[in-house]
Amino acid sequence: MPHDVIIVGAGITGAAIARELSRYKLKVLLLEKEAEPAFGVSKSNSGIIHAGTQNPPSSLKGWLCVEGNRLLREELAADLGLNFVQCGQLIVIFDEADLPELEAIKAEGTALGVKGMALVDRAWLDANEPNLGPGVKAALLVPSAGIISPYRYVYALVENAVKNGVELKTSSKVIGVNRIEKGGFYVEAGGQVYTTKFLVNAAGLHADEISGLAGAPSFKITPRKGEEYLLDRKREHIANRIIFPLPTKTSKGILIIKTSDGNPMIGPTAHDADDKADLSTTDAGLQEVLDGARRMMPSISKSDIIAYFAGLRPVSGKDFIIRHEDAAPGLVNAAGIQSPGLTSAPAIAVMVADLLRKHGLPLEPKEQFHRLRPRPAHLFQVPLEETRRLIEKNPAYGDIVCRCELVSAQEVRDAVKRGAVTLDGVKFRTRAQAGRCHGGFCTTRILKIMQEELGFPVTALTKRGPGSELIKEERK
Amino acid sequence: MKERELVIVGGGPAGMAAALAARAAGVEDVLLLERDQHLGGILNQCIHPGFGLHHFKEELTGPEYADRFVRLVKEDPAIEVSLRSFVVKLTGDRQLSFLRPGALEEVKARAVILATGCRERTREMIAIPGSRPAGVYPAGLAQKMVNMEGWIPGKEAVIVGSGDIGLIMARRMALEGVSVKAVVEIQKTSRGLVRNVVQCLEDYGIPLYFQHRISRIHGRDRVEKVDVVRVDDEFRDIPGSGFEISCDTVLVSVGLIPENELLEMAGAEMDKKTNTPASAEVNQTSLPGIFACGNAFKVYDLADSVTRDSELAGRAAAKYLGRL
Ligand SMILES: Cc1cc2nc3c(=O)[nH]c(=O)nc-3n(C[C@H](O)[C@H](O)[C@H](O)COP(=O)(O)OP(=O)(O)OC[C@H]3O[C@@H](n4cnc5c(N)ncnc54)[C@H](O)[C@@H]3O)c2cc1C
Ligand SMILES: Cc1cc2nc3c(=O)[nH]c(=O)nc-3n(C[C@H](O)[C@H](O)[C@H](O)COP(=O)(O)OP(=O)(O)OC[C@H]3O[C@@H](n4cnc5c(N)ncnc54)[C@H](O)[C@@H]3O)c2cc1C
Repeated sequence: MPHDVIIVGAGITGAAIARELSRYKLKVLLLEKEAEPAFGVSKSNSGIIHAGTQNPPSSLKGWLCVEGNRLLREELAADLGLNFVQCGQLIVIFDEADLPELEAIKAEGTALGVKGMALVDRAWLDANEPNLGPGVKAALLVPSAGIISPYRYVYALVENAVKNGVELKTSSKVIGVNRIEKGGFYVEAGGQVYTTKFLVNAAGLHADEISGLAGAPSFKITPRKGEEYLLDRKREHIANRIIFPLPTKTSKGILIIKTSDGNPMIGPTAHDADDKADLSTTDAGLQEVLDGARRMMPSISKSDIIAYFAGLRPVSGKDFIIRHEDAAPGLVNAAGIQSPGLTSAPAIAVMVADLLRKHGLPLEPKEQFHRLRPRPAHLFQVPLEETRRLIEKNPAYGDIVCRCELVSAQEVRDAVKRGAVTLDGVKFRTRAQAGRCHGGFCTTRILKIMQEELGFPVTALTKRGPGSELIKEERK
Repeated sequence: MKERELVIVGGGPAGMAAALAARAAGVEDVLLLERDQHLGGILNQCIHPGFGLHHFKEELTGPEYADRFVRLVKEDPAIEVSLRSFVVKLTGDRQLSFLRPGALEEVKARAVILATGCRERTREMIAIPGSRPAGVYPAGLAQKMVNMEGWIPGKEAVIVGSGDIGLIMARRMALEGVSVKAVVEIQKTSRGLVRNVVQCLEDYGIPLYFQHRISRIHGRDRVEKVDVVRVDDEFRDIPGSGFEISCDTVLVSVGLIPENELLEMAGAEMDKKTNTPASAEVNQTSLPGIFACGNAFKVYDLADSVTRDSELAGRAAAKYLGRL
């Protein structure tokens, strides 16, 4: 039986679309080339749920950002058991002469529907953000911005979509798409050929290639690299909000970012690149990020850094490309999803569903749609009393595997049961190995639990999929 | 809340020596909490000889050395050992919370000795640029994999840092048939023992590059190669001096940091640079009745010195408790 919709790419965009379509009586398949969802751009970003400011009111991404922010805040965070924190943001200026620019951002934001913005002076900043450097003169406060763990957002959407009947196939790279004369596509992936009426392209950095394969080579994706540097959890309270400088043409600048897991982060850089696979960080990037962050908060030092990574924004022109391609009837692109794509995803999903409907896909609601997803237990998120209750219910919550981030054996097992097949997958779901020792103490224990749960030999376990095997040989 | 006379956190050589010394000095009730499933701490993975030359006047391996203390601790009924017990909280007035399979426990101690050891500095702390593939391990983790699990992490390795753990792991990997291509050290000399430089590198023909650093790690999924560059006395790269080494594994051995998160949580004054208690006197902290010893107090080269100083911590606690 052919599928109604095949979605290519299980990043935040594909995951949100899958979950949105899972409300309806449809046969939906989600194809992902990597070993797990969220291993593309959606794993390496700032984790900010933007308010919508700093986008022109005429832009698609501006509107989708404001709406995506609202959907997460008002519905998804509670429904999917997500740890969304609405901490708000500040856009700071170093020169009173820039006040009109803040006013302009405020006016544009208001036009887009961003609520509650206010200009704040140095006295307000002293009282509310005492670690800001003396160079900061004033700021625009935007209360609706917040933070989330980007990969756990993706996992929650995918888990809920699967619960509602979507089929997920990982390690399934789409390598061929053929249009069927009477309508629809043959899609070749992971050694199989699938048939579908509609094809949704949410392939991130590779969306141009997929659109081309399907017969609509209408755009090109260029990666724009961003390096980010995580600080020790001890520095959790250096800022109470996300701190932005005044934006430049190509980027929102170097930010001080709270993260929902505690460790603050500084970054990202924004430099056009040509290699879609190059996730390396550089000495120059580190310097740029440190300089940018220290300008706002001079007490940040290089020795606070405990981890770093780079992400590539999939850029095609200035805005998102979300459209039905008339050159390839049945193909809907959700491409060029640069920042604020993490924020916009739920709104993009609604828009894509609507495009599918307009082009002939009937959207008939299911009798039973499971809107809710139980929140997985994480010791690091709960007070000690709740920990006590968890341990009393299940002793394995008292068996600590990762000491830096307080992760128990039970959480690691749960992560594998919920779909983790790689060491990174366990890390993203549980935070085990994400702390200051970087798995120095817990990696062997985690690998042993994975061996037990998955039944693989240790030599088959990987960091992030085939090719990233961790152990070359086992001797007994 | 149950009250105990002396609670010791960490069952490595430091915690065990402190427990035995406290008992010898008259303390009647000791609770020894260890996170792992066995006592011995990091010594369990140090299967090479070279321990005990001072204390026992003979050459033992790490596990043999630990075992001498484990036996004495187990023979003493007044020392209660609680394994798989992870201390998550310590207050300035010496209340401890610990998790173990099946329970979250709380005790109030009249005195506390922290013997929580060290963790390793990581690749991230020295910010080696490049990609983040599989195959980059802290050297101590590789030591645990090889010695305790029989897992060989790679086939061709480069080692960053020439401290003792780096040197010992260079030899260990070579003995397991791994081709160790280089040890890269940014300083002019090795921080390790001279005997380790000779026995671990020279005897195995492993090149040691002083005043060099790894300037980039390459490889998407697994390490493929590293860029190495020579640096001057101010650690600046010397242009044109770069070269590549192909390898699938990078072991990072760039020093240890005392694990003192509990002490910091309790509100003790800390030396931010070394992550140790700010104290002029051995084993003391700024909090009355809370002591620190072994690698938690400062990073030691030799387990024998850990034992010697940790015995002093046991006695200091006994004195504080009015037993001496
Ligand atoms: C440094 C940085 C910081 C950012 N910060 C923020 C922020 O704070 N807030 C915000 O809202 N946005 C932010 N963004 C933007 C945001 O991360 C992206 O817009 C978003 O993650 C894009 O999601 P996606 O699902 O479209 O792409 P991806 O997550 O890349 O998903 C595409 C998926 O398709 C898969 N795929 C590709 N080709 C194929 C194929 N042939 N077959 C099968 N599968 C395929 C990929 O493996 C991937 O999993 C940031 C981006 C960067 C780089
Ligand atoms: C990776 C590594 C390799 C080493 N290799 C060598 C070597 O080859 N040769 C050599 O001479 N020296 C070596 N050393 C130095 C060696 O650690 C010391 O000589 C000695 O073992 C230190 O003893 P310790 O008891 O202070 O610490 P450890 O032996 O580290 O013991 C600390 C104990 O405290 C426990 N602990 C920590 N936090 C908690 C908590 N919150 N709750 C409960 N328990 C806790 C730990 O599980 C551990 O068992 C190495 C050190 C490291 C870190």
